[in-house]
Amino acid sequence: MSSHDTPIVAKSQAQYEYDRHHNAVHMRKQVINFAIMIFFTFIAFAVVAADFSKYLIMPFVLLLAGVQVVLQLYSFMHLEDKKTHFGGVIGFFMWMGILIAFTFFLAFLTIIWW
Amino acid sequence: MSSYTQKKGFGAAVWDYITTVDHKKLAVMYLLAGTLFFAIAGFEALLMRIQLMKPNNDFVSAGFFNELLTMHGTTMLFLAATPLLFAFMNMLVPLQIGARDVAFPFLNSLGFWLFFLGAVFLHLSFFMGGAPDAGWTSYASLSLYSPGHGIDFYVLGLQISGAGTLISGLNFIVTIITMRAPGMTFMRMPLFTWTALVSSALILFAFPPLTIGLLMMLFDRMFGGNFFDHTMGGNTVIWEHLFWIFGHPEVYILVLPAFGLFSEIIPAFSRKRLFGYSSMVFATILIGFLGFMVWAHHMFTVGLGPTANAIFAVATMAIAVPTGMKVFNWILTIWGGSIKVTTPMLYALGFIPSFVAGGVTGVMQASAPLDYQLHDSYFIVAHFHYVIVGGIVTALFGSAHFYWPIFFNRMLNETLGKITFWVFFIGFHLTFFLQHFLGLMGMPRRVFTYMEGQGWDQFNYISTIGALMMGVGVILMVINCLMSIKGKPAGRDPWGDGRTLEWSIPQPIPFYNFRQTPLVRGLDPWWIEKQEGNKEVTFAEPLGDIHMPNNSAIPFVISLGMFIAAFGALYNPDADKPWSIYVLIIGLAITFGAMIARSVKDDHGFHLHKEEILEIEEHLYGKGGNK
Amino acid sequence: MDFNTKFTPHTWPDHPEQATMEGKNKVVGFWIFLACEVVLFASLFATYLALKNKGPAGMEFTTQGLFELPLAFAMTMLLLTSSLTSVYAIYHMRNFNFKGMQTWLAITLALGLGFLALEIYEFNHYVHLGFTFNQSAFATAFYSLVGTHGFHVTLGLVWIGTLMIRNAKRGLNLYNAPKFFVAALYWHFIDVVWVFIFTVVYLMGVIG
Repeated sequence: MSSHDTPIVAKSQAQYEYDRHHNAVHMRKQVINFAIMIFFTFIAFAVVAADFSKYLIMPFVLLLAGVQVVLQLYSFMHLEDKKTHFGGVIGFFMWMGILIAFTFFLAFLTIIWW
Repeated sequence: MSSYTQKKGFGAAVWDYITTVDHKKLAVMYLLAGTLFFAIAGFEALLMRIQLMKPNNDFVSAGFFNELLTMHGTTMLFLAATPLLFAFMNMLVPLQIGARDVAFPFLNSLGFWLFFLGAVFLHLSFFMGGAPDAGWTSYASLSLYSPGHGIDFYVLGLQISGAGTLISGLNFIVTIITMRAPGMTFMRMPLFTWTALVSSALILFAFPPLTIGLLMMLFDRMFGGNFFDHTMGGNTVIWEHLFWIFGHPEVYILVLPAFGLFSEIIPAFSRKRLFGYSSMVFATILIGFLGFMVWAHHMFTVGLGPTANAIFAVATMAIAVPTGMKVFNWILTIWGGSIKVTTPMLYALGFIPSFVAGGVTGVMQASAPLDYQLHDSYFIVAHFHYVIVGGIVTALFGSAHFYWPIFFNRMLNETLGKITFWVFFIGFHLTFFLQHFLGLMGMPRRVFTYMEGQGWDQFNYISTIGALMMGVGVILMVINCLMSIKGKPAGRDPWGDGRTLEWSIPQPIPFYNFRQTPLVRGLDPWWIEKQEGNKEVTFAEPLGDIHMPNNSAIPFVISLGMFIAAFGALYNPDADKPWSIYVLIIGLAITFGAMIARSVKDDHGFHLHKEEILEIEEHLYGKGGNK
Repeated sequence: MDFNTKFTPHTWPDHPEQATMEGKNKVVGFWIFLACEVVLFASLFATYLALKNKGPAGMEFTTQGLFELPLAFAMTMLLLTSSLTSVYAIYHMRNFNFKGMQTWLAITLALGLGFLALEIYEFNHYVHLGFTFNQSAFATAFYSLVGTHGFHVTLGLVWIGTLMIRNAKRGLNLYNAPKFFVAALYWHFIDVVWVFIFTVVYLMGVIG
């Protein structure tokens, strides 16, 4: 048993029920987020199917995709969880990757010579 | 007598090294492998310099010269400098942060074996129909049409060894984030650990574009893809972008740990705390970030347009600011210190002006209009050799002297070390200083010969003499290393000026590093303890059982499978080699089989009990324990 | 801590995936790996955008002629739903409900397989139309991007399947809890990538 491990303790009945309830509430939030994501997907497909102006659709669907990704990262992947070990560092690395990815898009859409 | 203290036979020792997950043994393996490839690539450089010694020389053929220059660049960057720096990172990072091993010991071993077998694969090309010959940048418009399998060796070899490097980089990041000893906050980490962290983060973000670039090259050359073929709508500039998105950070991946090594050497022998520690940390992060935003300065002459060139020019010049911060901090650390000019310090003192020279020529090339003149000339060759030899190789040699006692519990000979320094250092400047002028006189790089009477003859001759001196310097260095085998044990903190935790460990270092996890009470913890007259660091825990990882042969088997599969993939497009597909399948089957074996079999590690620890320590340090 | 310690719902820690040093390392390490994957996919996406609709003179296939929204929509729904089911699996893992977790993982696998089947059908369909890998730069970039995602899906299916079979008899402990957790993270990440694929490749392809 090293100093990094969490000690195992038996929970009291009250604590156990509280944690169960907490998890269930959390799960309900996840389902709501899922509903939002499905809804966004519907809208994204709908605006394309409805054949609106290209200049409306492009930024709109990209925005929806961005929101969906943030929901996935922070809700489904538990990045919002304060108890995640070094969650801040993880978030920093993810956003750094996203920022670097953004420069690729910018470069490949502008300076590949045509 | 327990199994830990028994002497091993030769076969058992080899098996131990193949299966080891101990970061210290892997560091030694990285050191040996890196030195091997450094010697090979250095030899290639000497052949090229001999060819260029006089005009119209025919020492090597034009085609072989192309193979030499390609393999020299590729080997030096991927297979010599990277593993040599990994040797220091592997050895020092866990010791500096007070950890018993890296976060993922298994992956550490996997990273080494992938790197090593990928490197061996690449070098087998010399014996199997010709090495790659399109330059280390392997621009698609040239390499797609290179006949034979040379470029295929390049693609597959770098893919495998690149995967190894990526795995190791990821491992260092997690190690530094999660495995720090109590009290070792981020802002108390030794600067080498900081640079290892930032450099590993660069590996993490820079190697995927290379992986994708190589994958595209693979598709184009072997499966009829069209990424770079303009007749099918492809675009060869995409390769250049992907390569330099990787290639520019790669320079910082190498030079940042070199900065870190000097940031350890200079305070130790100035016997003064590193000046401006927090600004050094800030500069390291800033260099890492800016390193990602400047790749197109390698492509000024592609024709990206004035706007793009201007943006990348300004961003490139901005890197000079944090680099300058570092240089001034080093100088101010030396300033007013109680300086001991040992061999490592000599390398550090030689490094500062040499690297600044390389940096200044870099800023010159950052201005796009001037770069149109300098592009593809020997000026560029001179510039990046000043950065790489003046910055990275001096760091490697200097810290080899500095950290030899940590690696092997022996000291290198100081007198021979100083002679080596002067031979190598003079040779280095002789070789590359004149190449600036060769470039300005118009000599293009990557040519296998030149006509006489252009005013280049004399300088090329002197340059070759300098290269031979560098070769002598390297041989002296190797002799010094071999002599140290017969040397006396160095013992703990042999320089007497160690500041960080790695010097606090008694020698030889036991395989669990720290009997008890140290408690870090500030920057330079070992220095603090010595100042307070303590013979031992403060411990954070009582003596107890230690949990250690098991050795495993699986990393070697996984890498071997990839190595075999690469031959199958290489020969697959050849119509006359129908067996190649079976080789590919067998190789991949070995790899995936080993991976499944790894995931099905639980690996819980083992516990080293208190009594065993005491027995090991008695065996290592004699009765009475820890002296 | 012994990895084989038997637990009851009352002794099971709140964050079982991060209760051991190995688990903490695994979760942090896997996230860092995902940051690396972001850049990997970004390289493929950027290349796809650069080569979109580029081909030899007189190329007949373009995004507008090729892509069909109903198929992309069905694939999206399958993968999005499988993301939710893997959230359910982790919910049950944290409640020490091994059966629940296995059930939801099985549903995730089924949805993932459905997605993969649709993707194979789609590629097969295109190849029959004559839109092969070698047909144009656009084709090469499309198959590489979507194919790399499909390869990730396949790996995810094999991974989760192996985990389920390996641990079917022994239930949850602190040794395998982090493994299930990171496998679920990987599955979510596959979904994140798909969100961009359906937006950038299919939706923006249809409008041209």
